[in-house]
Amino acid sequence: MRNLIIWIALAAGLIVLPNVLSFSQQEVLVFLTINILLVASYRLLTLTGEWSLGHVVIMGVGAYASALLTKTTGLPVPLGILAGGMVAALIALALSYPLFRMKGFYFLIGSFAAGEIIRLLWKRFRDPFGGTKGLKGIDPMPDFSVGFYNFDFFEPTSYFYFAAIVVGVCLWILWRIEKSPVGLTFHAVHWQDKLAQASGVNLRAYRTLAFVIASGFAGISGALLAHYIGTINPNSFDVEVMVFVLTWAIVGGTSTFYGPILGCVVLTILNEVVLRELGLEQTRPLIYGLILILSILFMPNGLESIVQKFTRRKEAGLMRPEEAK
Amino acid sequence: MFELLAQTGLNAVYAASYISLVAVGLVLIFGVMGVVNFAHGELFMAGSYVVVALYADRFVPFFVAVAAGLVFVGLLGLLMERALFRPLRDNPLGGLVASIGFLMILQALAVLGFGVRMEHIPPVTQEVIAFSDRVRLPVARLYVIVAAIVMLSLLWYFLKRTRFGWALRASAQDPQAAALQGISVTLTAKIAMFIGAGFAGLAGALTAPLVSVNPYMGHSIIVTAFIVIIVGGVGSLEGAVLASIVYAFVHTFVTTFYDGVLADITGLALMLIVLIVKPTGLFGSADRA
Repeated sequence: MRNLIIWIALAAGLIVLPNVLSFSQQEVLVFLTINILLVASYRLLTLTGEWSLGHVVIMGVGAYASALLTKTTGLPVPLGILAGGMVAALIALALSYPLFRMKGFYFLIGSFAAGEIIRLLWKRFRDPFGGTKGLKGIDPMPDFSVGFYNFDFFEPTSYFYFAAIVVGVCLWILWRIEKSPVGLTFHAVHWQDKLAQASGVNLRAYRTLAFVIASGFAGISGALLAHYIGTINPNSFDVEVMVFVLTWAIVGGTSTFYGPILGCVVLTILNEVVLRELGLEQTRPLIYGLILILSILFMPNGLESIVQKFTRRKEAGLMRPEEAK
Repeated sequence: MFELLAQTGLNAVYAASYISLVAVGLVLIFGVMGVVNFAHGELFMAGSYVVVALYADRFVPFFVAVAAGLVFVGLLGLLMERALFRPLRDNPLGGLVASIGFLMILQALAVLGFGVRMEHIPPVTQEVIAFSDRVRLPVARLYVIVAAIVMLSLLWYFLKRTRFGWALRASAQDPQAAALQGISVTLTAKIAMFIGAGFAGLAGALTAPLVSVNPYMGHSIIVTAFIVIIVGGVGSLEGAVLASIVYAFVHTFVTTFYDGVLADITGLALMLIVLIVKPTGLFGSADRA
């Protein structure tokens, strides 16, 4: 009952939220919503102990796939978004054969190389990817009405509601996966790999599974982005964006489901709203860099460790081993 | 045709020179500190801007400006060691994030101090060594080649023939065993950071009049350096030099005969193939990260 009230309050808050923001803040809110799905899917991959630098390019695969499919085959946009996720998952499956021969640092750099190759292919092949200029005039979500509310996707508010519902459903699925036996095996692959292997767990298969699922959801987030901004190019998915995802996850902390999301929300608000409002356009990256360094020096377990400090007593009996570490 | 091949070969030697300076520094830092220094490309950029500030804006002699670049960026390396990597010694992922933060700060400082536009740097010398009509080596490029050979030889001598060098290699191999032998891990870390960063600064300073200097030039450098150290095997200095040469030749020839983007793809594909065939690189040993 208490949980139900919290969820209803949260939903009400999210419905009200865009109406009290300025137009540019509404746009930031849409991007933030999409990025939450991106970083939450990234966490699923990090559960198995592997850190990829190709996740944003995989997001781009979903964006390109959905944009091209809706344009050339006339697929409705919602189905295109779903297809974008599936294509991203398939590409990830193909990439997993070479990439999961590596571990740790080598996987990090290998995933970066694989991502860069995909990005350069978009650049090189003007047909169908549009070259350096990318794709323009991507089909927008068609407007529709649900009786009491008219979705007009020219408005960021409408797109925010739409994206929030999609992202909410995806987060719920990711959460269920993590709490399922498969999710627990992901943990085991990271923290107890020898024991897991001895118990008959196929480590590589589980790493691949996590990579494919995470990539599928990253693809959906990319497709959401493409149909919102209407134009994408290879530079929309370059390593700078990846660096942001990495820092959201690490500053937030990755031992809990909400850690990376918290990092994403806090850092985005700091960077896009607070620093922008203060008029520090040129020094923004400088301050952001300082915040990164200070947070990693003085808060090595992420923002989530602060939240845990306040909630620890209640959950002491429920903590998983890696949280107690 | 022969002349084109010879000219492209010369260009490749020049590219191999500055790439190996950058990559060797990155390997040294990774070997001793166990940290992937993402800011290495920005250290290169900082070296270039020292030349902009001293040589282009204040008419200090070029080679004095280059030496200042080496020392200044070496000191930046010491700063990173003290402020970032030492407190984060047991946290490799933390070191990576901290170096990303440092990278953003350096970029922002360059933008604030010099603006985002490309810098114009007067040529150091217009002299050209002409082997034939179509095979020419600008002397400015020769400086880079000579500097790389001299500095890498000095480094090799330092590492293989002096006690400090032995200490450095020992703590790269096994920090705990080295500490037990009375080697100061902090001191070797400082030396490695100064040399590693200084080499990047030197490469940036020397090439400043030959490339387009802007605050974001570090990006392509770090990508190249990553490819090179992976192909060479992480932690292997000889591997890094050899891989620099291989990469420079492949990249320069594909650029000349096809196009730049295809050359980038080829370079990355080369690295992926090496990783697939021998996941620890050509000269690499056990996984450290």
